[in-house]
Amino acid sequence: MKLTLKIWRQKNNLDKGKFVTYNVDNIPEEASFLEMLDILNESLVVKGEDPVTFDHDCREGICGACGLYINGHPHGKFKNTTTCQLHMRKFKDGDTITIEPWRSEAFPIIKDLMVDRSALDRLIQSGGYISVRTGGVPDANSIPVNKHDADLSMDAASCIGCGACVATCKNGSAMLFVSAKFSQLALLPQGQVEAYERVQKMVKRMDELGFGNCSNTYACMAECPKGISVTNIARMNRQFLAAKIAEPLKK
Amino acid sequence: MKELNSKIPAGPLAEKWTNYKAHQNLVNPANKRKLDIIVIGTGLAGASAAASFGEMGFNVKVFCIQDSPRRAHSIAAQGGINAAKNYPNDGDSVYRLFYDTIKGGDYRAREANVYRLAELSNNIIDQCVAQGIPFAREYGGLLANRSFGGAQVSRTFYARGQTGQQLLLGAYGALSKEIEKGTVKMYARREMMDVVLVDGRARGVIMRNLVTGELERYAAHAVVIASGGYGRVFFLSTNAMSSNGSAEWQAYKRGAMMANPCFTQIHPTCIPVHGDYQSKLTLMSESLRNDGRIWVPKDEKDAKRLAKGEIKATDIPEEKRDYYLERRYPAFGNLVPRDVASRAAKERCDAGFGVNNTGLAVYLDFKEAIGRLGEKVVEEKYGNLFEMYERITDDNPYKTPMMIYPAVHYTMGGLWVDYELQTTIPGLFAAGEANFSDHGANRLGASALMQGLSDGYFILPYTMQNYLADQIGVPRFQTNTAEFDEAEKQIREKINRLMAINGKKTVDSFHRRLGLIMWNKVGMARNEAGLKQAIEEIKALRAEFWKDVKVPATSGMNNELEKALRVADFLEMGELMARDALMRNESCGGHFREEFQTQDGEAMRNDAEYSFVAAYEYQGPDAEPVLYKEPLKFENVEVKQRNYK
Repeated sequence: MKLTLKIWRQKNNLDKGKFVTYNVDNIPEEASFLEMLDILNESLVVKGEDPVTFDHDCREGICGACGLYINGHPHGKFKNTTTCQLHMRKFKDGDTITIEPWRSEAFPIIKDLMVDRSALDRLIQSGGYISVRTGGVPDANSIPVNKHDADLSMDAASCIGCGACVATCKNGSAMLFVSAKFSQLALLPQGQVEAYERVQKMVKRMDELGFGNCSNTYACMAECPKGISVTNIARMNRQFLAAKIAEPLKK
Repeated sequence: MKELNSKIPAGPLAEKWTNYKAHQNLVNPANKRKLDIIVIGTGLAGASAAASFGEMGFNVKVFCIQDSPRRAHSIAAQGGINAAKNYPNDGDSVYRLFYDTIKGGDYRAREANVYRLAELSNNIIDQCVAQGIPFAREYGGLLANRSFGGAQVSRTFYARGQTGQQLLLGAYGALSKEIEKGTVKMYARREMMDVVLVDGRARGVIMRNLVTGELERYAAHAVVIASGGYGRVFFLSTNAMSSNGSAEWQAYKRGAMMANPCFTQIHPTCIPVHGDYQSKLTLMSESLRNDGRIWVPKDEKDAKRLAKGEIKATDIPEEKRDYYLERRYPAFGNLVPRDVASRAAKERCDAGFGVNNTGLAVYLDFKEAIGRLGEKVVEEKYGNLFEMYERITDDNPYKTPMMIYPAVHYTMGGLWVDYELQTTIPGLFAAGEANFSDHGANRLGASALMQGLSDGYFILPYTMQNYLADQIGVPRFQTNTAEFDEAEKQIREKINRLMAINGKKTVDSFHRRLGLIMWNKVGMARNEAGLKQAIEEIKALRAEFWKDVKVPATSGMNNELEKALRVADFLEMGELMARDALMRNESCGGHFREEFQTQDGEAMRNDAEYSFVAAYEYQGPDAEPVLYKEPLKFENVEVKQRNYK
């Protein structure tokens, strides 16, 4: 395949950045999107040019490291697909492909297509866990869990933390990400103990970090490579309201 | 010569760990605050250890190579985690899990370590459920189990095909809790460049900040290496792109011994290689072997026609299919351990029965399962795996059989550690895949997650305390010492040397060539002549690398330099792996020497001469390492030739 790539190049966070056009040839159809970029980079290195920097690691769609805006969609336009699981057979010979980094205030650009998503870690640190210590816990089967709830919890827990939801949201909101973690825990009896405190802490941290609010456009769900549902957002909103009334956090 | 002391506690097997804990030294809470621990890596072992140390009150610094600790490659484990709970009431017990693991490892692991692993397996499940990990459940609300390769009981707990992800996110949650509390300080996008020794003890590390390119110094009272395995020495593997062996290798060069480096696991069910631009291989969970049947055509002519694309798998009638695992191993069938299944696939393909255009693939067929269970049940069990397969290959596994071939997956070898998970450098510990301890010559499915978490949650918190108990009087370290200066200077010189070469060939091109040597000569089947050639070829490639590699002299972020530093280490590790394979004149587990096989092609161990752990001590560049042998004693199991027939 022969392709024209328009790639966002930016030396560092202070650099203004610009699109640079590259022509690549002989791209095999079976190659993944990132392998296509590997081929480009290998040719740039040989020519003595600076290769394109992007985040990637497991290349099997589970680590959440990769994430590129491809032709205006995070991870490309195909449903339930991470960038690394996107294959070149989905494109046509002669296509022009525009590749940009995640764009969101909460994700400053580090270099080229690589952004800083540490704000997502700080969100989890605010309460995205059950506060048990190692050891001293009851037998695993001592609390039965309704299978339906366990399955819904697992659906929410499938989030890979890639940040596509934030990048695609016109408000730069992290509601889908936060509500997925919140719901995973809220749906299980083990997560009930801290549920009210958790929801308030996580929402508070989200505001502090400069993420926007949710205005229910559902763009996040449409672009999520793991199909995380916006019903998680509804669940979190309900519990947030209940928590504010029943057990507001002390100032 | 150093003495290898495995420090196995006295007493009967089942009481050793209890005895250890009863007599170990403790550190009081006021003193814990004064002690610093460094953890390298945030996979299952690293994250669980760091979180547990933090909870205990130690000061912890933890480092990961990715942008977030949640991305460590433990996340990609699919199938499950073993535990001896015996919830299904099918006859499981701690002893049986211990026995299966020892046997599966082909009697090349320590009894005491493996027994402890089996014992702790149950605590792990309890811990993970308390953390809110959404394991699969039965309709009655209790935990579900499934059987997994190499086991005759259902002892595997799972969270769909994403068990590693869920367990890692659980450990990441625990870690996040401690980061929020301030007991743990997290440093992302850092790679370990060296371990710093002061008076023979590990007292710190030099890290490279991957964003700024700066070298950074960190001091501590003890260091844990939990950086994973070194399978990417083969270039193509199921490991993540940044997985590497460099932290282990620096520790080795500083005096920690490497044990059984040649023991590599080649996983039988991966998507076959399709081109030379390919960057990695994708695993299809072993759980697929529970319902999938593996076959190739009986007739070589059919294989040739399949390769040319003249016929399809579905054109071959039942009676012309060779379900070779069921044929060779009627007792275990498609569920034989990984090493056995991989070799059997290679044997069929080498004999000319491979089913794709490269001749390097066999079928994994779900037709029978779909007929027996219905498509819906099969989808519930394996839906996400089928989807992943279809995405990569553009083939629908509900309609046509999957094509699979073995690929490098896990390294059983690693840093030599004693019962306390301490290396031969005092104060330097190794956990998870980075150590060699529990899997012998072959790891059973669903055992890696178990080992990573038992090392991190339940072993290191005890043994680390025991080590630090006599360090309470040692004040916090400064990093402006001669030892740190010397270590940093060496790294700077190495980096400058790499950037000054300005040759013609890319780092990846060298890595690919190394991978081919390793795969062809130090891979699934090895022989004396091939291994000797491999050693010479690796030496030559290493020399060429240091003359002709092209590394851009960019300051700040420099991905090519990162890769070059790792490949420089792989070019040395590969040689040690080949040497170890050449030394071990027997076949055991994942190590198959063609000279040592039974008449029907099964691995032939030599217990009289090779029932030992091979530990290597570094002697300097281009010098042969010294081999130490830790004899393996089996007092609680009868050592037998493995038989899955």
